[in-house]
Amino acid sequence: MIKLIVFLPLLAALVAGLGNRALGNATAKLVTTGALFVAAALSWVVFLDFMSGDARSYLEPVLTWIRSGDLQVDWALRVDALTAVMLVVITTVSALVHLYSWGYMAEDDSQPRFFAYLSLFTFAMLMLVTADNLIQMFFGWEGVGLASYLLIGFWYHKPSAKAAAIKAFVVNRVGDFGFSLGIFGTFLVFGTVSIPAILAAAPGMAGSTIGFLGGEVEVMTLLCLLLFVGAMGKSAQLGLHTWLPDAMEGPTPVSALIHAATMVTAGVFMVCRLSPMFEASGTALAVVTLVGAATALFAATVGTVQTDIKRVIAYSTCSQLGYMFFAAGVGAYGAAMFHLFTHAFFKALLFLGAGSVIHAMHHEQDMRFYGGLRRSIPVTFWAMLLGTLAITGVGVTGVFGFAGFYSKDAIIEAAYASGTTPGGLAFAVGVFAAFLTAFYSWRLIFLTFFGQPRWAGSDHIRHAVHHDYESAAAEGTTDSDEAHVDHGTVAATAGPGGAVEGTAGYHPHESPWTMLAPLALLSVGAVFAGVAFHGIFIEPEAGEAFWRGSLAWDAHFYEELHHVPLWVKLSPAVAMLLGLFFAYRAYLKNPGLPARFTASVDTLYQFLLHKWYFDELYHHLFTRPAFALGRLFWRAGDEKTIDRFGPNGAAAVVGVGNRLAGALQSGYLYTYALVMLLGLAAAATWAMTR
Amino acid sequence: MIDYPILSLMLAVPLIGAVAALFLDARGARWMALAATLLELGLAALLWASFDQGAAAPQWQFTEARDLGIFSYALGIDGIALMLIVLSCFLMPLCILASWASIEHRIPEYMAAFLFMETLMLGVFMAQDILLFYVFFEAGLIPMYLIIGIWGGANRIYASYKFFLYTLLGSVLMLIAMLWTIGQAGTTSIPALMAFDFAPEAQTWLWLAFFASFAVKMPMWPVHTWLPDAHVQAPTAGSVILAGVLLKLGGYGFVRFSLPMFPDASALLTPLVFALSAIAVVYTSLVALVQQDMKKLIAYSSVAHMGFVTAGLFAFNRQGIEGALVVMLSHGLYSGALFLCVGVIYDRMHTREIGRYGGLANNMPRYALFFLLFTMASVALPGTSGFVGEFLALMGVYQTSTWTAAVLTLGIILGAAYMLYLYARVAYGASDKPDAAAMRDLNGREIAILAPLAAAVLWMGIYPEPFIAPMRADVGRLLARLEPDRPRFDAQLARAIAPGTPTPAEASH
Repeated sequence: MIKLIVFLPLLAALVAGLGNRALGNATAKLVTTGALFVAAALSWVVFLDFMSGDARSYLEPVLTWIRSGDLQVDWALRVDALTAVMLVVITTVSALVHLYSWGYMAEDDSQPRFFAYLSLFTFAMLMLVTADNLIQMFFGWEGVGLASYLLIGFWYHKPSAKAAAIKAFVVNRVGDFGFSLGIFGTFLVFGTVSIPAILAAAPGMAGSTIGFLGGEVEVMTLLCLLLFVGAMGKSAQLGLHTWLPDAMEGPTPVSALIHAATMVTAGVFMVCRLSPMFEASGTALAVVTLVGAATALFAATVGTVQTDIKRVIAYSTCSQLGYMFFAAGVGAYGAAMFHLFTHAFFKALLFLGAGSVIHAMHHEQDMRFYGGLRRSIPVTFWAMLLGTLAITGVGVTGVFGFAGFYSKDAIIEAAYASGTTPGGLAFAVGVFAAFLTAFYSWRLIFLTFFGQPRWAGSDHIRHAVHHDYESAAAEGTTDSDEAHVDHGTVAATAGPGGAVEGTAGYHPHESPWTMLAPLALLSVGAVFAGVAFHGIFIEPEAGEAFWRGSLAWDAHFYEELHHVPLWVKLSPAVAMLLGLFFAYRAYLKNPGLPARFTASVDTLYQFLLHKWYFDELYHHLFTRPAFALGRLFWRAGDEKTIDRFGPNGAAAVVGVGNRLAGALQSGYLYTYALVMLLGLAAAATWAMTR
Repeated sequence: MIDYPILSLMLAVPLIGAVAALFLDARGARWMALAATLLELGLAALLWASFDQGAAAPQWQFTEARDLGIFSYALGIDGIALMLIVLSCFLMPLCILASWASIEHRIPEYMAAFLFMETLMLGVFMAQDILLFYVFFEAGLIPMYLIIGIWGGANRIYASYKFFLYTLLGSVLMLIAMLWTIGQAGTTSIPALMAFDFAPEAQTWLWLAFFASFAVKMPMWPVHTWLPDAHVQAPTAGSVILAGVLLKLGGYGFVRFSLPMFPDASALLTPLVFALSAIAVVYTSLVALVQQDMKKLIAYSSVAHMGFVTAGLFAFNRQGIEGALVVMLSHGLYSGALFLCVGVIYDRMHTREIGRYGGLANNMPRYALFFLLFTMASVALPGTSGFVGEFLALMGVYQTSTWTAAVLTLGIILGAAYMLYLYARVAYGASDKPDAAAMRDLNGREIAILAPLAAAVLWMGIYPEPFIAPMRADVGRLLARLEPDRPRFDAQLARAIAPGTPTPAEASH
């Protein structure tokens, strides 16, 4: 069954990709989407088996891969509780995104290619989570990287998409640099790359040291940190996060699947999968906590000033990944996986909702040109509202809460309960970031769905209206009350913040059912995923029975979560309400406030607007020097030094350059070469017979 | 089992084909060359299938020997030679097909040169006599000079001159060293020489003399500058053979001679090899990043990839050496394929300048797919052949020197940067250049050339066992020979503490 789950998407990708235009759009869509729905159904069967406690983990061998001495690597599929969680997340979101894309990509002329890439991605991601050894995990790791590259660059005619695709791949490769070294080191230390074998031996290695780059370092700290660099790249943690916002160049369904629900969580999955290794190094765990906390804070601050709807959600994702990492860092792997699970539903929902808005607004992505959309696209509005309730963690303890309420609060409580300094710091950051999360999430909702329409300022909208008018006029239809009303006569007034108020005569349409159905299903997840599954993920007893050692589990620690002080339990809720309050004040009640406020703290505003200047820094630190060095080595190294004193110099010294060249021209040099060879053969003969 | 001298037969087939081609017209010569190379490929497959990989199998198989007095016509192959022969025979028919329409003058001579070169290259891998080896090794370059010098680009004279000068320097030194070793050991037999223990003090000089030749062939930094010029000027098929086979001669030389004959010197000079390899990877990758000429870019990337080979070979462990050998095979496939991809669009637009292209994914989707696959193999994406070799080689190097491994691993970042930058400039973007946008997609012949390479790249990436298995025993023998001299650097697990025992650090708390 697991083979079916993993290889169906690959098969579908091959059919759709290689069949491409010959098979046509409909076949490609049906094959890939059908395969994914089958895989998703089977995944739920696997997951529910684990949930009921019936299933045991097992390993399904597939094929020999690499054999080199002690290094024995096979293709094999491992299934345990941790894998099962990832299986349902990946296949469910992927199936819904496939379906959603029927509507979203309906007008694109490379649909088979798009669906093939989506399915290929799903296959690679499934290989990643079913890996039994580090090298197969790396296969999946790089495979999702390839799919991500292809999908970010899907609209490759746009220079920005092209650049974003390269950036995503190369920045991820920086992470893979660490991951690779981590695998090399792990093999050196443990003599195997099999994950179960490594995890069994890891505790015994705690405290041992090894040489690395001339220094003596703790083995487990070194290995965990090297592997963690890989996780940082894939999960866009601070320092290696720069590719994720740019990745929004890809079509929105891609952002939902890859850059929110699945691929970017691979780093979290890796840390949980290897949790017994990380448990063997306190230093590594502290680093994971601090990096996670720093990312949660950084991304949340930047998210508050973005105006592109997708970028807000992208930074939100980055920030939520930070939460997952610091959960793992304080040892609450179950909570990290829980948040990964709930986040997949509500973040995919938010992204697909944003896609629906973008679809309705004729590809306009700037929230400054939205406003008042809740009446035009009510289904999308309600879906995004539920997503927002989920991400901000609305709920009442003991009664009911949306998905994020259970998982995010568990993380914040775990950070407090860990009692370590990094944990305490993460707790404070977590609460503050919860405030920011509520602020930017409600800001998005208010700017998009409430207030007066500000569509008139948008080029996309003006273009759409103009186009509709032309086509309607060409068809000679006059009965339409939606295509061409009042263009040009709209009274466009400058609203607060410089945005032009007015609809420009544009009428947004709700999306087709193929797009709304996934929204509805994901809404169910965003509402109920927390209440339904919190037991198996984070409750001391149910959790132990569920995970069964597939990640490091300390039942006592999860028991502690119930006994944190009341103010700790309440602080995320207070932070959330404050965020809502400020967003309400600034974007509904008093729309002039944001502009006045940002003007008063311009330095901070600019700092956030420029995303803490990471891109600028890296550009000057790495990109430019790399090209400059390349030119230097080429011109000054190869041409002016090696060639000058090498072959050219030799020719000049002997003075044969021209003659040689002349000889070559007429082909005589080959005679020379032959003569030389015969001469050498003669010399050999002489040497031997002597 | 095969009871006829198959190796001699394999040397004879292309030779006969070459002579025959000279007496045919253009069309006949083409078909003759294709027939001969395909027959040769069949023989190579037979050789692969009948190679005994059993535990009790002899190292040298299919041996034949005829004593000629001073030296002997002795042939025989081990698993390493076998795989390089299979690679060469696989690439050859593709080269003939790639030259089908793009070579327009002196076709019989061109086909003859290629077939003659095949004989000589196979001879290098088959020779069991060091003088015979030398003759094949050096003579094999003559057809290459011809191919570049006669059928090459505008600046072909300078390129062949550079190629010639570099190799000449290396060859002379190696010949002198060879004669000296023959004098010492009293035999020209390669198996005997490989087992002979040379005096440690002499080994260093002998090693350096051989190194001079192999480093140029590899090519290693800083004697690499002939390669970009040679590639740029060579016709497409010439580049394929240059990258696919001739570049493997240096690596083969290290495995066959430097390491087994001079193990002490190899251990002593490992830091030199590591340093040059590490510099090569970073330096040439950065140079590749700023190239405007497609072939030059791929040529520089070849130098970088060869850095993985040299470092892996001198890692003194199984992963390193097997990885290096797999890189040699796999690089033969994907770099050859990349040069063929360049050839496809060069045939249409007659320029190698990257900036003249763009948006090819629009009008040449099949081409874009193949190009993407080979690009990914070049950046060592798991699942392609490039990954298996590179990852093993790096893994081997890490066990010997973490510094070298760390610097070499930077190559996976830089490699992704220059290859994806190339791919983006050629295949992505809008179709805003009319001549590039008017190019038609791959025709049947071009697909017939690229599809087998694509299949091989994936096969070696997903199931490399048939490629590694024949070499396993030979690598084992080499390792046994090297074991006493294995250098120990920084990466050794310094204090492996038995599980459960507290470390001194913990105990002092």
